[in-house]
Amino acid sequence: MYQHDVLVIGAGLAGMRAAIEASRMGADVAVITKVHPVRSHSNAAQGGINAAMGGEGSDDTWELHAYDTVKGSDWLGDQDSIEVMAKEAPQDIFELEHMGVIFARDEFGRLATRAFGGASKQRTFYVGDITGQALLHVMYEQLLKAGMRVYEEWFVLSLIKEEGECAGAVAMNMMTGDIEVIRAKAVIMAAGGIGRVYEPSTNGLICTGDGMALAYRIGAPMMDMEMVQYHPTTLKGNGALLTEGARGEGAYLINKDGDRFMKKYAPNKMELASRDVVSRSEAIEIQEGRGVDGCVYLDCRHLGEKLIRQRLGQIAELALEFANVDIVKNPVPIRPGMHYIMGGIKTNADGASYVPGLFAAGECANVSIHGGNRLGANSLLETVVFGRRSGKAAVEFARSKAKPVRISETMLVEQQKAKIQKLMDQPYPGYTSARVRLEMGKIMDKHVSVFRTEQGMKEAGDTILRLMQQYHKLSVRDHGKVYNWNLFSTLELENMLDVAEATCMSALARKESRGAHSRLDFPDRNDKEWMKHTLVYKAEGGPKIDYLPVVITQWPPERRTY
Amino acid sequence: MKTVNLKVKRFDPATRKSKFQDYQVEVDDSAAVLDAIIEVREYQDETLAVRCSCRSAICGSCAMRVNGHAKLACMTKVSSVSPNGETIVVEPLGNAEPVKDLVADMGPFWAKVKQVQPWLKPSLPAPDREYIAPQEAMQDLVGAVNCIMCGACVSDCTVLEVDKNFIGPAALAKAYRFVGDPRETQTARDERLSQLSKYGGIWDCTHCYECVQVCPKDVAPMERILDIRRAAVAAGFRDNNGTRHSDSFARSVKHTGSLDEFRLLPESLGLDDIAAQLKFVPTALRAIAKGKVPSPLHHKRPGAEHVTRIFDEMEKE
Repeated sequence: MYQHDVLVIGAGLAGMRAAIEASRMGADVAVITKVHPVRSHSNAAQGGINAAMGGEGSDDTWELHAYDTVKGSDWLGDQDSIEVMAKEAPQDIFELEHMGVIFARDEFGRLATRAFGGASKQRTFYVGDITGQALLHVMYEQLLKAGMRVYEEWFVLSLIKEEGECAGAVAMNMMTGDIEVIRAKAVIMAAGGIGRVYEPSTNGLICTGDGMALAYRIGAPMMDMEMVQYHPTTLKGNGALLTEGARGEGAYLINKDGDRFMKKYAPNKMELASRDVVSRSEAIEIQEGRGVDGCVYLDCRHLGEKLIRQRLGQIAELALEFANVDIVKNPVPIRPGMHYIMGGIKTNADGASYVPGLFAAGECANVSIHGGNRLGANSLLETVVFGRRSGKAAVEFARSKAKPVRISETMLVEQQKAKIQKLMDQPYPGYTSARVRLEMGKIMDKHVSVFRTEQGMKEAGDTILRLMQQYHKLSVRDHGKVYNWNLFSTLELENMLDVAEATCMSALARKESRGAHSRLDFPDRNDKEWMKHTLVYKAEGGPKIDYLPVVITQWPPERRTY
Repeated sequence: MKTVNLKVKRFDPATRKSKFQDYQVEVDDSAAVLDAIIEVREYQDETLAVRCSCRSAICGSCAMRVNGHAKLACMTKVSSVSPNGETIVVEPLGNAEPVKDLVADMGPFWAKVKQVQPWLKPSLPAPDREYIAPQEAMQDLVGAVNCIMCGACVSDCTVLEVDKNFIGPAALAKAYRFVGDPRETQTARDERLSQLSKYGGIWDCTHCYECVQVCPKDVAPMERILDIRRAAVAAGFRDNNGTRHSDSFARSVKHTGSLDEFRLLPESLGLDDIAAQLKFVPTALRAIAKGKVPSPLHHKRPGAEHVTRIFDEMEKE
């Protein structure tokens, strides 16, 4: 058995930032992650990180950043949390810079910015189009500097709940197959998003909603799980992400007639309207026959080769490698693709969930910054601001505890062993976990996507229930102890199915259109009845839905146009 | 759709034995090698182990050897390595122990990254806002920061094959990222350059270019190693075999128009380092016995004065 004050699950930006903060406060901290920290999906964020820095020559303020975020969220974000993020953002950017991030500079050697979607001012700090990677690797450097204990390539099987509080995790060392108990006075969940619940998705194969599912199972509610973001520019073919930074640098979206169609949908912000708006516009263009092969185009030609090489090098490489298009010379076919979930483990601005001792930060959490739609470059910001805050809050919680061991270690381990043994003992049902996942992903992408209807979402929900039954018959045919992918992918599928069900049920419940949740049968936003959060709890006999008011501080709802 | 024939090197951790296994799968025409491997593990053989995640050449998980060279499987098109349906041979990274199938033990890799103290050591206290730094300096570091730590360069490094002590291309490229950062203090930079000039460091690279060739992100680790060498020599870290070797090389060519091989080894070791010289006596004797020792009589080439003049011109610049 291992024991720490604070256990952080996940080693992306939020997790590592939380761990570093906790360690600075003198706590005994450990990080557990199913992949090496620099393999985490924070890597994939390309465009940048927002902060209203102000300073000479800038009339940007934290209030404007907060307002843009509130408007981007379609008034579903909690304004108290949004204020915290917008106010604290500059200091966190400076800290990243001090840690070593090589942010782009202006001619005076100061931090430079680029334009980004849904923002009234230019406030996105960046490193070419590899901002997430640049930040993630620097955060890992800081983790090494701190000499942090990392349970690397360990897979978390369950969270321990004792007397109503989260008290650690049971996990498998993926290299040996050994199951171990790691006790902690506080746990910070920072295990990232759910991309693989959808097919296709821009997300990596590791984004399987593990953190949400683990928290959900010990009674933490998920909030606004219906809010799933489709990114407007994902590559035809493999669905890879092409940064919003391209449009920030001035790239156009054009349809098959070469028309900049965004002028119809967002005459002011054009291509830089918020993501839900742009994705819907593209979907309409494609549906109405002005696309080509289910795609429209991202046109970078007028930006010139030099700018493209310096600031958009990675997407030039991706377009060339995966779609065989040289973006210097030709428009590249793109379409909306599942990218991010605004919903997640309900937390307050200190990362505390409804289960004492369990904190959450990053994509798996819902502090309620993004509400119905996340603005580009607010997700990296969320990871550092709320990673830091949850790290601090978790240490404070841990200090108030002197937690004795209650549930026996053997029992915790045996429960997991029995569950795994059952999977291994079952006869092969004629299908693999990948087949079940694919069916789940396709139905989610079909019906719980850019446009939704009651009928479609019901079909998706029914399919998920059927797939859950199929899941219980799955057989893990690899009985090896070392790096048993067959086992991990099966356990990940269980997590994904729970998340998919929560998403379907939350989406069915919300009978209006708001942010990314756009219903053809309820096309309008309905502030009177629906300006509230959807909470979903895991319960016997299916998810239980509840609601929570949205926190309004100074920005009452307005009509949302771009 | 097209048919892909894969020959996968599988390592069984229970028996600690490797064997090749053949698979045949159908994939899209535009598929990457990784897509074919994923198709196998998802539908044909769920026991096949491989690390992979992003499929966009950014997470660095899926580096492996494809037809004998280290590549990111996600960005290696089937059509590029098997234009006419040839069998594709897939093995785990080289210079690493296999853990299971295509999963290699990256422990030593990360240990070496840690060895270069890969974190910024800026002047303190930090400013209230950002450190002021020129964009050109930041842009210069983008090349190194582009590294995703996939391990392809280390896999195919020819020095590591014979000397496990070599820090290796990935960690040295990482070190450059700090050496070249204007925010580092002079003290920290000197300390790095001093450490990196020691045995196992920058002078142990033999410029074989393998790392430059296999790097999927154009980091060109060897070029970064040469950058550190230049920085180290310029900063006065000259008391090492590498610098002496390079000096001896330049000196003989400058003055005689060709390389004086006889003087190269003793001068590299340092003429006053008797202990080091003595260690090479047995090697020298064996070389003499086999007639492999270069002539001690080194003559000036005709026209050597022109070479000297070129050197002088260059040194003036």
